[in-house]
Amino acid sequence: MSAVEMAHGHADPHHLHPVEHEGPAPKRIVTGFGFWIFLLSDIVMFSCFFATYAVLAGQTNGGPSGAQLFDLKNVAIETALLLLSSFTCGMASIAADLRNFLWFQVSMAVTAVLGAGFLVLEAIEFIDLVERGAGPSRSAFLSSFFSLVGCHGLHVTAGILWLLTMMAQVVAKGFRADIQRRILCFALFWHALDIIWVAVFSVVYLLGSAA
Amino acid sequence: MFGKLTLSAIPFDQPIPLISGGVVVLLVLAVLAWIVIKGHLPYLWSEWITSVDHKRIGVMYMFLALLMLLRGFADALMMRGQQAVALHSNGFLPPEHYNQVFSAHGTIMIFFVAMPFVIGLMNLVVPLQLGVRDVAFPTLNSVGFWLTATGALLVNLSLIVGEFARTGWLPYPPLSELTYSPGVGVDYYLWALQISGIGTLVSGVNLTTTVLKMRTKGMALLRMPIFCWTTLASNLLIIAAFPILTATLAMLILDRYLGFHFFTNDGGGNVMMFMNLIWAWGHPEVYILVLPAFGVYSEVVPTFSGKPLFGYRSMVLATMAICIISFMVWLHHFFTMGAGPEVNAIFGIASMIIAVPTGVKIYNWLFTMYGGRVRFTTPMLWSLGFMVTFILGGLTGVLVAVPPADFLLHNSLFLVAHFHNVIIGGVLFGAFAGYTYWFPKAFGFRLHEGWGKAAFWFWLIGFYVAFMPLYAVGFLGMTRRMQHYDVPEWRPWLLVAGVGAILILIGILCQITQLVVSISRREELRDHTGDPWDGRSLEWATASPPPVFNFAVTPDVTGEDAYWLIKAHAKQQGLEAKAPDYRDIEMPKNSPTGFVSAFFATIMGFALIWHIWWMVIAGFIGAFATFVAFAWRDHDEYVIPAAEVERIDRANIEERRGLVTIAGGA
Amino acid sequence: MNILDPQGPIAAAEKTILIDSIAIMLAIVIPTIIAIFAFAFWFRQSNTKAEYRPNWAYSGRVEMVVWSIPALTVILLGGVAWIGSHDLDPAKPVQGTGIPIRIQVVSLDWKWLFIYPDQRIATVNTLTVPAGAPLRFELTSGSVMNAFFIPQLGSLIYTMNGMVTHLELRADEEGTYQGISGHFSGDGFPEMMFDTHVVSQVAFSDWVAATAKSDKVLNTDTYNKLAEQSIEKTPITYRLDDPELFGKISSQQIPPAPGPKLTTSEARPETGVNNVR
Repeated sequence: MSAVEMAHGHADPHHLHPVEHEGPAPKRIVTGFGFWIFLLSDIVMFSCFFATYAVLAGQTNGGPSGAQLFDLKNVAIETALLLLSSFTCGMASIAADLRNFLWFQVSMAVTAVLGAGFLVLEAIEFIDLVERGAGPSRSAFLSSFFSLVGCHGLHVTAGILWLLTMMAQVVAKGFRADIQRRILCFALFWHALDIIWVAVFSVVYLLGSAA
Repeated sequence: MFGKLTLSAIPFDQPIPLISGGVVVLLVLAVLAWIVIKGHLPYLWSEWITSVDHKRIGVMYMFLALLMLLRGFADALMMRGQQAVALHSNGFLPPEHYNQVFSAHGTIMIFFVAMPFVIGLMNLVVPLQLGVRDVAFPTLNSVGFWLTATGALLVNLSLIVGEFARTGWLPYPPLSELTYSPGVGVDYYLWALQISGIGTLVSGVNLTTTVLKMRTKGMALLRMPIFCWTTLASNLLIIAAFPILTATLAMLILDRYLGFHFFTNDGGGNVMMFMNLIWAWGHPEVYILVLPAFGVYSEVVPTFSGKPLFGYRSMVLATMAICIISFMVWLHHFFTMGAGPEVNAIFGIASMIIAVPTGVKIYNWLFTMYGGRVRFTTPMLWSLGFMVTFILGGLTGVLVAVPPADFLLHNSLFLVAHFHNVIIGGVLFGAFAGYTYWFPKAFGFRLHEGWGKAAFWFWLIGFYVAFMPLYAVGFLGMTRRMQHYDVPEWRPWLLVAGVGAILILIGILCQITQLVVSISRREELRDHTGDPWDGRSLEWATASPPPVFNFAVTPDVTGEDAYWLIKAHAKQQGLEAKAPDYRDIEMPKNSPTGFVSAFFATIMGFALIWHIWWMVIAGFIGAFATFVAFAWRDHDEYVIPAAEVERIDRANIEERRGLVTIAGGA
Repeated sequence: MNILDPQGPIAAAEKTILIDSIAIMLAIVIPTIIAIFAFAFWFRQSNTKAEYRPNWAYSGRVEMVVWSIPALTVILLGGVAWIGSHDLDPAKPVQGTGIPIRIQVVSLDWKWLFIYPDQRIATVNTLTVPAGAPLRFELTSGSVMNAFFIPQLGSLIYTMNGMVTHLELRADEEGTYQGISGHFSGDGFPEMMFDTHVVSQVAFSDWVAATAKSDKVLNTDTYNKLAEQSIEKTPITYRLDDPELFGKISSQQIPPAPGPKLTTSEARPETGVNNVR
């Protein structure tokens, strides 16, 4: 048997690979894929906080429960701000693809303002709860509430820092290939936060208020 | 100004940590001084510390692991020594020290020996086996390594400034809560692991992306070496499991720092929640450790049997099955919590099911030897030692997976013997096999065989002498973590175990000697061909050590055991193939980002432990600035011109041609 | 303390499962280990008599066998696990002679408190039970997690503050057996050993009567004093003033015990006052 026959016979005995693997993927795909994997790991981390919230939601230690504390109107405004910011972030992505400097910066700035608005409302809610004696050290329920919602808020804060950095990068360096990849990752991050928020307000605020 | 930190944090009144800490500090200063005085610092900085080359980073990971092995083993010697003498006596380690020693021992061995060792091996080998030039995210790789080193540094710092946790390597609340552990020990543990956990997650993202998105032309998934499959499985587990650890430790941090009530006795906290979360991470963790070791055996056994691996596809299936099932067994770590018969039985059965694919792997290695020509080199000895030892460890594991049996054996020294059996026999033997097997690839010369074999025998016999008595004393009712005891029946077994520890110590000394001897005799042991073992996979197709770009021209793969096919082909067609098509190669530039961000992480970690809030903020600003500086780089790659690539490659081919032998007869 | 020397039905059944499981697995493990040695030796490079098959890397028959052997073993042991988990569930009542004895166990730093609510007595670090009678344990912790374990009677079980776990045992032979804590709980942990005296029914009644005349009383106040971190070198016996005491401890009506006192230069771990830096 010649070496060539041996090679083929050994390589693909069940003839499962009509198309050969092409080689390493291009950078944009590699970067995007890696970031998706990171996002998955972040979602696992959020799941732990969700699971803990589910277990501890009833442990109010004689203190207030969610139904007594949650202001659904505030949550609705926060949700609207965040959803809108995802829309403007989408616009920023399109502007970056089209290499339109003005629209990119405007969309990103609006996204930042909307995100900051969300954070301000959330901070006010937290401070108000603490002042009413319903801070995180009051009960296990409140600990899990503050940590889950707060973890999301921390991610939004980090996102805004990243957003501002990207705006500065585009000013300094334009729409270079590596900067485009980072904008892609940022957009994925921002949208993922939006999805997590949907889970947060459903599980925490809506279910908690109904209880 | 300095939070909780005062001069009394240094143990001037306690001789054991003072002296051991003092010796370590002096040694570190001496080594640093030698490096600077001899002028090695520029070389170390540009070639190693700021390197983003996966081969260099892999070596540094393994260097960290071996160094920490010495520290963790010193703890082990102290524990065996204490238990050998502490019958009706307080021994030489009072409880507050002994409890730190066993906590540090477990923490260091798992997080700073086993993890870096397997991650280092995967980093060094996987891009070479996949036929590519580097991992997916080289600078991130460097960040991951240096953050792991930060964690190791913080744990060791606790020896001289403050104290370490006294809770065991997993800090169960409420003992680990502020009420019952008011000192800084648990905080050292928490921040060291949070920081190094980020490093591990980075590795997980990097290696998963590399295996799935960066393989050379023709290398379909089912043509990858099994080591790459186990790398994929292990890193998928890292991505899925380490966030759980991050979240759980964060909850404990919130309890301790901000008065939250996740796991406290009061306020509605739930300690069972901690156990579920931590073991939902903890069980996949041990598979993160053992799967790459299984991958090593899947490389070593075929090479030294002169045959392909038996049952490639069922190996892949078994690997991925272990990956998935490892997430479904965590409750077997606390059968005695009283969850009820159905829950206990289901998790017990799931734990046994994972023994099926594991058994299949053992049989596949067995049948790889069948019909082969087995060479008993050091890596093969480690593999054979593993096969026998791990089977016994697996037996005891399936035993404690039966809940009523576990009711008698939970937390006893039987359990301690079981997990050391599988971790030493499985992970550590695999790490040593991989270390010996791939050392010539990394450094260009082999390790001395004689000292390697001596090390193996002392380790193997020492392991059995140290741990078989612990099975016995577990049957005699002894529970773990006892600083002293008054049951005379236990003493003889513990004395024998102490002797075993000494034998292992001799094994470690043999390994140190092996390294020293190999370095001084490196010309005799030089690997000129890049293929010292007559290997089967692509890492052996390039020089030892490989040029920075790994392959002058990335190979085109036509089947499993890609390099074996290349060699067979070359034998058929003669060694002169057509001239390779040399092109310019772009490689990532070195960067201090990893080292500098880890520097700021160390500052932040230390400041958080001691409640020095201004220092935390300063550290954070520094870390953020580092990332911005990195993001502002204009040139992240440099070009190696085609002519230079050709020059390097021709030199390597010349060296290989002088000593090459026909494929199949090394 | 030998678990292979059981003195009660629970430990005996658990030991049987232990030995049977080991035997079943050895039936597979020993031939496999022999095969490893045999194959490695026979197919060593220097053995020219061995047939070299450099391309043999797959065999359907071998695959079927290597998947079946572990699978069948696991099915068998899985059955053992399912049945055993149900039969030997810690809370499952045990039959015996004589009236069942209720014992309420509280793990403290670093000693064991045993409350006999029906007999109105309590002891620290010593347990006395009648042979042959069902023993109904209700367990909780006054502070950190611990684990109650009398190896020769069987079934270790966790104790946790704010929760109650249940354990049913029976001791068949008179004698003295050792009990321990099976879960590390801090600096005084090794001291949490206690003697279990298994005596005849008559001797038990006598002991109860004698203990009820103890000059020490256990109520909420004396309990709180006892709960502070300390090591008790000699066992203590109490008259039980408050039969609801265990309920109050396990429901956290009596809050969990405090932890260590903070740094003093006279701190001594032996007395439970930790050196804290």
